[in-house]
Amino acid sequence: MDSVTNKAEQLREKIAQTEKELQNLRRQLNELESPIQNLDVDQGHSSTSTTKQPGEASSPKWKWPLREEEYSRYGRQLILPTVGIKGQLRLKSTAVLIVGAGGLGCPAAAYLAGAGVGTLGVVDGDIVETSNLHRQIAHSTSRVGMMKVDSLVEYCQGLNPNVTYVPHREHLTPQNAEGIVSKYDLVLDCTDHPTSRYLISDICVLLQKPLVSASALRTDGQLIVLNNPAAAQGAANGGPCYRCVFPKPPPADSVVSCGEGGVLGPVVGVMGVLQALEAIKLIAGGIGKAAGSDPKEPVAPSLLLFSATSTTPFRSLRMRSRRPNCFACSAGSTLTLKELGSGSLDYVQFCGVTTPVNVLKPEERISATEYKDILAGKSHKGLLFDVREKEHFDIASIPGAVNVPFSILQRHGRPTVGYLTPEHLSDTIPAEAPIYVVCRVGNDSQIVTRRLKEMGLDGNGERDIRDIKGGMLAWKHEVDRTLPFT
Amino acid sequence: MSTIQAAEKPPEDIEIPKPELSIVVEFTGGLEMLFSDQRRHPLSIPVTNKEGNPLTIADLIEHLCNHTMKDTRKELFVLDDHLRPGILVLINDADWELEGEEAYEIQAGDNILFVSTLHGG
Ligand SMILES: [Zn+2]
Repeated sequence: MDSVTNKAEQLREKIAQTEKELQNLRRQLNELESPIQNLDVDQGHSSTSTTKQPGEASSPKWKWPLREEEYSRYGRQLILPTVGIKGQLRLKSTAVLIVGAGGLGCPAAAYLAGAGVGTLGVVDGDIVETSNLHRQIAHSTSRVGMMKVDSLVEYCQGLNPNVTYVPHREHLTPQNAEGIVSKYDLVLDCTDHPTSRYLISDICVLLQKPLVSASALRTDGQLIVLNNPAAAQGAANGGPCYRCVFPKPPPADSVVSCGEGGVLGPVVGVMGVLQALEAIKLIAGGIGKAAGSDPKEPVAPSLLLFSATSTTPFRSLRMRSRRPNCFACSAGSTLTLKELGSGSLDYVQFCGVTTPVNVLKPEERISATEYKDILAGKSHKGLLFDVREKEHFDIASIPGAVNVPFSILQRHGRPTVGYLTPEHLSDTIPAEAPIYVVCRVGNDSQIVTRRLKEMGLDGNGERDIRDIKGGMLAWKHEVDRTLPFT
Repeated sequence: MSTIQAAEKPPEDIEIPKPELSIVVEFTGGLEMLFSDQRRHPLSIPVTNKEGNPLTIADLIEHLCNHTMKDTRKELFVLDDHLRPGILVLINDADWELEGEEAYEIQAGDNILFVSTLHGG
């Protein structure tokens, strides 16, 4: 086993190294084949330099604000009124930060790289896993195990080598947030948890960066542009921040992750692409550094909802402006860079933590191995309730298990024995036959076990009701390594 | 026993049919799972609340908990008598904070949308 892992690790390293060399060779070839790119170009031109001056064609000096290759690369968007040469130059002089190199960050980064932003920074401390690939399209099967940041940069590099890429191989924290975010003009929140969403919003308020925020789960997505315009704390013309819209975090138990709830690739992809679109519109239209002398009107922001299964998949909702008593962006806010950077704001605490369920006594539980022995033994096997959702159960289950989804139990109003009969508790099962309960990782099964006892199904102790510790995950580890675990 | 007797008591003011409002209530962002997996609920609701005042969003939330929600997990919709944090209310596609929040008086034909925030990415 160990030698196999070692060998695989060595091979992976070798592949990564070779890929880097290959990339380097391609870049050299590219530079050789397009000598015009090497011409020294004055990039410091202001947009007034874009005025063409015909009649100077005899000069060999390159006098256009973009390089030759860039005119062909960006030609299709250059001729749009939304972008134009002015917008393209703004893109080229803008630094965008993408926080999260996942399902949102991959498509967002790809389109921003393609569009030719000057600098693209990516923050993420995670590595690529196989379960990411169905939606995190910039990664690849051969890059499983690589830092997501490096994988995404490599993909974007292939797409557009003109962009300066800055990998930040760590998660955003209160301590590193100022150092990282201050180098950029615009931030995209492509993360997947409330803790990071509040942190990103706060640092964007303090550093006055507009923030394009999106999220997705199952078949739904949400998108909102915050801090736009990104005015100082208390400024009336500033756009609302994340805390203006969501002053209180949701209870930790109500937060569902993509791992638990599932997510469809194109749904999160749509949202990431829309983030890139909003960013391009903002940059090409001139954020902050726009030459405009007229202070921007506060934009009444809108929240865009996307529901893949709805008859009206897109819906735009008018949102509030800045909250006068907002913790972060109001005049009375006491939030400072110093306070944030010191780590005295505990975002994890603020958003709450889920504690593992622990409602059963040890003697009310059995291990997966013990249940395997019961199945193999001669005593009555009793009943096994698998309380995962049907989709999980349909993929793989323990032989003989009956699917009683937890959600149906939750939905069924007050607990009644009737709900479980006659299909689940047939008359042929003796009253003392034990009931076992299994779920995904061993939380829901405890609650159901407790509930079944409260319903009186244990016949005052005559019937044994227990849950399987660690759920199907434990079954996979202890009993059946082939079990596909979802 | 007393609870059974209470349940058998005829509903109050049965003699006067209460005037009702037709509205549409919608749920998204996962909230629909608490409401029979149905996103759109055309509802007829009383014009006034128990005190005889025009029905507000606060009254509607209570009504939804008592009459529309079949799920036992009320705490995923209401916490401490208020909407759980992380749920937005949109009245005719506008943030309820533009309309007076819980005190907004519901009008016939209103579309009330409850959105749970998503965090995945
Ligand atoms: Zn705010």
